[in-house]
Amino acid sequence: MSSSVYIAGVGVISAIGNNVAEHLRAFENERAGMGDITMLNTIHKGELPVAEVKLNNNDLAKLTDMPPQTSRTALLSLAAANEAIADAGIPGFDTLRTGFISANTVGGMDKSEDFFVDFLADNNKGKLRNIFDHECGSKTEIVADQLGITDYLTTISTACSSSANAIFYAARLIKNDLLDVAIAGGTDALTKFTLNGFNTLMILDKEFCKPFDEHREGLNLGEGAGYLVLVSEKIAETLNKEPYCKLSGYNNSNDAYHQTASSPDGTGSYLAMKGALKKSGLKPSDIDYINLHGTGTPNNDSAEGTAVKRIFDPEYPPMSSTKSYTGHTLGASGGIEAVFSVLSIRHGIIYPNLRFETRMSELPFEPETEFLKGQNINHVMSNSFGFGGNCTSLIFSRI
Amino acid sequence: MKTFIRSSSCISPQKTFGNDDFLTDIVEYTGTRLKAIEPDYKEFIDPKQIRRMSHIIKMGVAAAKDCLNKADVEMPGAIITGTAFGCLEDTITFLTRIVEQNEELLPPTAFIQSTHNTVAAQIALMLKCHEYNNTFVHKGISFESALLDAIMLLKEQEADNILVGGTEEMVDTSFKVLTRLGLYKRWPASNLSLLSTESKGTIGGEGAVFFLLTDKTSENNLAELTSIKTVYNPKDIEGSINTFLQGNSLNPEDIDLVITGKNGDIRNDAIYKQISSSLFKNNGLANYKHLCGEYPTSSSFALWLAANVIKKGIIPEVISERESKKTAPKKVLIYNHYLQKYHSLMLLSAI
Repeated sequence: MSSSVYIAGVGVISAIGNNVAEHLRAFENERAGMGDITMLNTIHKGELPVAEVKLNNNDLAKLTDMPPQTSRTALLSLAAANEAIADAGIPGFDTLRTGFISANTVGGMDKSEDFFVDFLADNNKGKLRNIFDHECGSKTEIVADQLGITDYLTTISTACSSSANAIFYAARLIKNDLLDVAIAGGTDALTKFTLNGFNTLMILDKEFCKPFDEHREGLNLGEGAGYLVLVSEKIAETLNKEPYCKLSGYNNSNDAYHQTASSPDGTGSYLAMKGALKKSGLKPSDIDYINLHGTGTPNNDSAEGTAVKRIFDPEYPPMSSTKSYTGHTLGASGGIEAVFSVLSIRHGIIYPNLRFETRMSELPFEPETEFLKGQNINHVMSNSFGFGGNCTSLIFSRI
Repeated sequence: MKTFIRSSSCISPQKTFGNDDFLTDIVEYTGTRLKAIEPDYKEFIDPKQIRRMSHIIKMGVAAAKDCLNKADVEMPGAIITGTAFGCLEDTITFLTRIVEQNEELLPPTAFIQSTHNTVAAQIALMLKCHEYNNTFVHKGISFESALLDAIMLLKEQEADNILVGGTEEMVDTSFKVLTRLGLYKRWPASNLSLLSTESKGTIGGEGAVFFLLTDKTSENNLAELTSIKTVYNPKDIEGSINTFLQGNSLNPEDIDLVITGKNGDIRNDAIYKQISSSLFKNNGLANYKHLCGEYPTSSSFALWLAANVIKKGIIPEVISERESKKTAPKKVLIYNHYLQKYHSLMLLSAI
């Protein structure tokens, strides 16, 4: 029950790379993934920047050996999950109790949008194959079937904290001895639905986003997928290489303030960070790097910053928002940023917060702006907050 | 450690909400779509908010609040929901506007309320509950995933008085699409004769059912939730059921009543027929989907049913297929599957 859960493998795809190695290069070269919309058929083309994965659906289908008409959400998921499993290289993988715990926010919406145009004109029209897998759970199922995972699969959807919740739910399944191995994280593809949704809320920056900057004007949407392979203590001992680190702390708290806005004092974020620290038995001063939620919206960064201040003042660890590279990948962000957190420990690196210029007036700290190498990083906190007040913090620790 | 169902509240196409009668006054439907009977929401939700809320949010919030009231608990230790389709009404409203207004001048409300965690979030907001809050969206085991999360939280001693619910709303669009996908019967008849039609297709349903789970004993507890298990694409479901029973030190004959997910579709019901003449040939049998319709989280209705069967010591005639040897069942097994892929087992015991 109290055994540790180890990270044995990682996989990621986003606008800055199609695998872990490409991500590390992009970080070091400070190369962000935002640009003009090229794939979505939307009136916002040329007006709103997004962070697209640079492979189209045909490329992704080839990469994952899937039919090209598969939902992009599932293609991204499979690409990252494949990398994570190959990276872990778990001996006797097929014989273990394995789960796939994935997250996303809008399921097969990329296909449903096409269906809906024809359906609205005539309710007997619209290709059913474009709507058949609309559900969030279908994305998980399609990928699990490709991965050959049958012991346990489920899907979590708590908006932008979805995949952070998937990761720690997976860890608990292992701790409760229901699974030996779990691939956990999340995926989301860019859709007109989410692009227009966030646009109606007037929180999309027309320029590249500037998280934690006094003059930040909103977020850029991104897409991608990120997964961790979590294993029990027993399986960790059988690995051919050292696990990356362990998941030492986690907490899910609710802001209970507003359906979309964060409370001014960041109650939910504060409780999540505080709870994760308590779970890990660590003090704030033990944290060597915070991967912030840092969307770049005035509201999030102010609430999150206030909560960080309440916990860490006066000694602040280096922190940054990698959304300045990947954009906000919604249901995938917790998984993608968990991968970055794990890599931070493994490689002793801290990611810069791109385009930061001016410290926020209400905060006594500012994010890291340089790519730092050769750091001794033992504990990393990763924040993921979402609509519905859903706030989750994870802590990864060196073994 | 044991898990108990402290209270439950059920909004369904039957008169199950705010009603002490236990399925005595059955509502008959003749179409293939059963709509939940809406209570007077003013008792549970601020009237100003009712207008803004979609069907699933209202049902979910009211059932959650009523469930807490019944347990005399003001603040739950966690809120966990399961829904396969999520907030369809708002999702479709927003999608429709994107198409019809060509992405211009869209109001944000439908988008804001379309996220799958809206029901759990609105409950937290109403109660000012800062505790653990999660939403599972995995097809036919969305509700069971939420239950497993709750059971683990109790075991980990992370929380007590955990509010768990299964919610689903049917809207015109999903009904039309699911009809085109062949889920429903072509020639509708009375829901009360659904299970004897021997044809393809079933009837659609919806509802919101909440439970308060605790590890504390109380004579007011409805039942013990002894064990749950979900199986994906089983090769041998009888074997899986046997293993599940053995894991709970039980033989098939120890089960007083088996509640199955029969829905009137011959493909769907084949497995239930098989086990009723093999594994469970000597057991009492009951069914529920003719009352609430088929939907991905309908097992939450079955759990409400089983908990009440145990607490009240009554098997309502309308659910009974084969009489139980015990008039007041002590062990009830729910076996349901959704579209043959996701199978779930829930075992309840008298306290």
